[in-house]
Amino acid sequence: MTPRLQKSTPRNRKRNAALLFLVLLHLAVVLAGVLAPYDYAEQHRDDAFAPPTRIHFRGIHPILYGLVQDLSSGDYIADKSRVYPLKFLKNGRLFSVDRPGMIFLLGSDSFGRDVFSRLLYGARISLFTGLLAALVSLGIGLILGVAAGYFGGWTDQVLMRGGEFMMALPWLYLLLAVRALLPLHVPAAQTFALLVVIIGGVGWVRPARLIRSMVLTARQADFVRAARGFGASHWYVIRRHILPFTKGVVFTQLTVLIPQYILAEVSLSFLGLGVGEPLPSWGNMLAEGMQYHAIVAHPWMLVPGLATIPVLLGYLALADALMGRK
Amino acid sequence: MVMVFCQYHCDILLADKELNYRAGIHSLTFFSQRLVGLLALQVSFLGAQEFLTLPQISGRSGGSLEYAQRTEPKTLNPAFIGDNPSREIIHRMNADLLHINRETQLTEPALAKSWSVSPDGRRYTLELRKGVRFSDGQPFNADDVIFSFQVYLDEKLNSPQRDLLVINDKPIQVTKLDDYRVAVELASPYAAAERIFDSVSMLPKHLLERTWKAGKLADAWSLRTPPSEIAGLGPFRLKSYTPGQRLELERNPYYWKRDKSGTKLPYLDSLSFHFAGTEDMQVMQFQAGESDILNRPGARNYNVLEKDRERRGYVLRDLGPGLEYSILFFNLNDIPAGTLPEVSAHQAFLRRTSFRQAVSQAIDRAAMVRLVYLGHASAMGTAVPPGNKNWVDTKIPAPVSSPSKARALLSADRFSWTPQGALKDPSGQPVEFSILVSSSNPERVQMAGLIQDDLKQIGMQVNVVKLDTHSLLDRVQHTHDYDAGLLTLQEADADPTPDMGVWLSSGSNHLWHPEQKTPATPWEAEIDRLMQQQMVTPKYPARKALFDRVQELLAANLPVIPLVCPNILVGAKANLGNFKPAVLDHYTLWNIDELYWRGARQ
Repeated sequence: MTPRLQKSTPRNRKRNAALLFLVLLHLAVVLAGVLAPYDYAEQHRDDAFAPPTRIHFRGIHPILYGLVQDLSSGDYIADKSRVYPLKFLKNGRLFSVDRPGMIFLLGSDSFGRDVFSRLLYGARISLFTGLLAALVSLGIGLILGVAAGYFGGWTDQVLMRGGEFMMALPWLYLLLAVRALLPLHVPAAQTFALLVVIIGGVGWVRPARLIRSMVLTARQADFVRAARGFGASHWYVIRRHILPFTKGVVFTQLTVLIPQYILAEVSLSFLGLGVGEPLPSWGNMLAEGMQYHAIVAHPWMLVPGLATIPVLLGYLALADALMGRK
Repeated sequence: MVMVFCQYHCDILLADKELNYRAGIHSLTFFSQRLVGLLALQVSFLGAQEFLTLPQISGRSGGSLEYAQRTEPKTLNPAFIGDNPSREIIHRMNADLLHINRETQLTEPALAKSWSVSPDGRRYTLELRKGVRFSDGQPFNADDVIFSFQVYLDEKLNSPQRDLLVINDKPIQVTKLDDYRVAVELASPYAAAERIFDSVSMLPKHLLERTWKAGKLADAWSLRTPPSEIAGLGPFRLKSYTPGQRLELERNPYYWKRDKSGTKLPYLDSLSFHFAGTEDMQVMQFQAGESDILNRPGARNYNVLEKDRERRGYVLRDLGPGLEYSILFFNLNDIPAGTLPEVSAHQAFLRRTSFRQAVSQAIDRAAMVRLVYLGHASAMGTAVPPGNKNWVDTKIPAPVSSPSKARALLSADRFSWTPQGALKDPSGQPVEFSILVSSSNPERVQMAGLIQDDLKQIGMQVNVVKLDTHSLLDRVQHTHDYDAGLLTLQEADADPTPDMGVWLSSGSNHLWHPEQKTPATPWEAEIDRLMQQQMVTPKYPARKALFDRVQELLAANLPVIPLVCPNILVGAKANLGNFKPAVLDHYTLWNIDELYWRGARQ
């Protein structure tokens, strides 16, 4: 089979599609300042819980109508006498409308803040916390897993028993206790860093155990024994022979851990342990949407929860493709 | 002998079927039942029990009522009520000597059928209703009244009720004049003296005296106590309790009220409390018909229910402003040097009146009314809610949000702004502080978010910190490790005197600087003087003038910034008769003995 035929296998297409989706998604998140029509904290107090804006067309030109709120029912009604054309690439935003028109692609929240804009800005916290926490977790897991598997003996015992102890701890309650010990207000950057460290620091055990088992196998390989026989140092053997052996597991674990840690960040923020208002994350946005009146009357508040589905599926499809390739 | 026989059978006929079973008389023949009934009727006219007749009330007996509570009660002991669910249940099982009618807000007779006041206003003589019995059948008299007040005033017991019975640091003195008359002595005249008896439940001496003397009253009448060991004078008595699920009350067969046709109250056979867990669950259960009354839903849930009202067969009522209101307050405590350096540093601007006035001027209360309460609230200018019509100073209007006026106030006091628009105090310190808010109250969380944005317009950096209520109160009341807080206050009564603990500088609820040994500021000293004076002033117009002056001082100095007063929103099944919700607590169950079903419970 020629290399060209190898590239077009279903598994490769799946991998490439997943990769492309994830790259575009993260690019969109990085470019939130351009793609979002509003700042994440911008309040429009006359348009609280406005429904998703309907875009109409006059010929080929997209327009939208102004909204009027029926005070007795709270419902919004389109006012067709007020027409606002959709504008592109104005004031550094991909699309926008002139005031007092508003464009809420995914509706607005209780402060009249655009949910779509907050979804993009919030993804910065949720997605990148997951990504960075997975890197932290894998980094710690790789170091400790290789050490446990390569050196064995007491090193292995201490590290693996310590890891089991960490797995048994009730982390949620400990996190709540840690929050009580922290200063009242923790700046957003510090909170972000704390989330990355805590989520990543708690989750190293599983990848460490997987890497350890790979290293145990590699350690018995002839080429490793030969290297040791020729006097190679432990560091040389680990760097030259052991680490490459674990490459497949590391990459696969990365694609499995990232979605898990995204969910962890969403959960912690949902419980109030993440970044504070007005900074959005998918978790704290979802917390507002979980009230009964929001579910019944303003279902667009649940979008942050739905948004996690394609993200997680993308990572899991990539993981699946990578595991199949191996 | 005949009288003893008749009295015995009176119990049977005046009580319900369960008493018949208990007495073992259920096998009486038809004829003997009728003979006994005739004798019992004659005995009742001989003054066996003095009923309180409610001439304006009518209804029909039967049926049960389901009520969903957010959390389980913690106790059934009236001397240790500390939470709302416990209060809701205990007050349906007990009764007081004099009672504030929640509809009229006036005092009326209850277990005491009449009272008189000495000319100096220091001695009240109460005449008790004769023939009243506890729910276990034992008689009630002055001995129980004396015992009850001994318990509430016992310093070793430290009942939360004690504070209500201590006036000018002196407890009231209650003495027995005879079996049905007691005298209550006050150390000094007290303008709201009649109202102190409201919701002070009379306790059964025959059940609790031994426990009290053994020093174990605090453990009595817990949720594990068998129903037969609990007795009260209220419309209901305990039937059963299933932990985590429900608590059931049944009609008290000895209840001392009746309607205009002579029908004994309560009309309902039983009242069941089940535990919903959250407000959202309460709303869903009410909407599904699983509970019959909805007490104080939030405005957004109220609006959701409005859309379904006719189809589901319930009524919703907006009663207008109540006695509950939200405030933003600042930490003005004296912080010992070296402790809490960040709080101490922030107090450099928190203590400035101009700062607090600017904050109040910048806050958009109209947005709170509109966004948080969907119009079911009122903006406040004075620290007395508009629902308290007799005492609010209407000359103090609610400030209209004006960032420009706020900036002018700050500029006049040497605050300045950086080129980026950040505010600095006169010493050059950036004006940045935190507002604590309870994480379990979405309305207050949203208000904090609005305040954060409003104050950002005038250059203040505000951080909203969500804490559980217990941690929040601990910081406010004990550690003082906070800058500002957003809380809801609820007036205990329309009369300002029960809230002395909030306004007196020595008060434990003087939120911004509690339990001062001497007033820290001249205006707090003036408020102390005015509150003490109004407490002993007998006539309402003079008291009102004094309390108006208190409100003026609070509005000028703003240790607390009043925000909004939410309307009282309630709901009930459409066929629930005599449903008359009120703006005083308990909003929906205050007249539980009068509620009845028109037709079958849906």
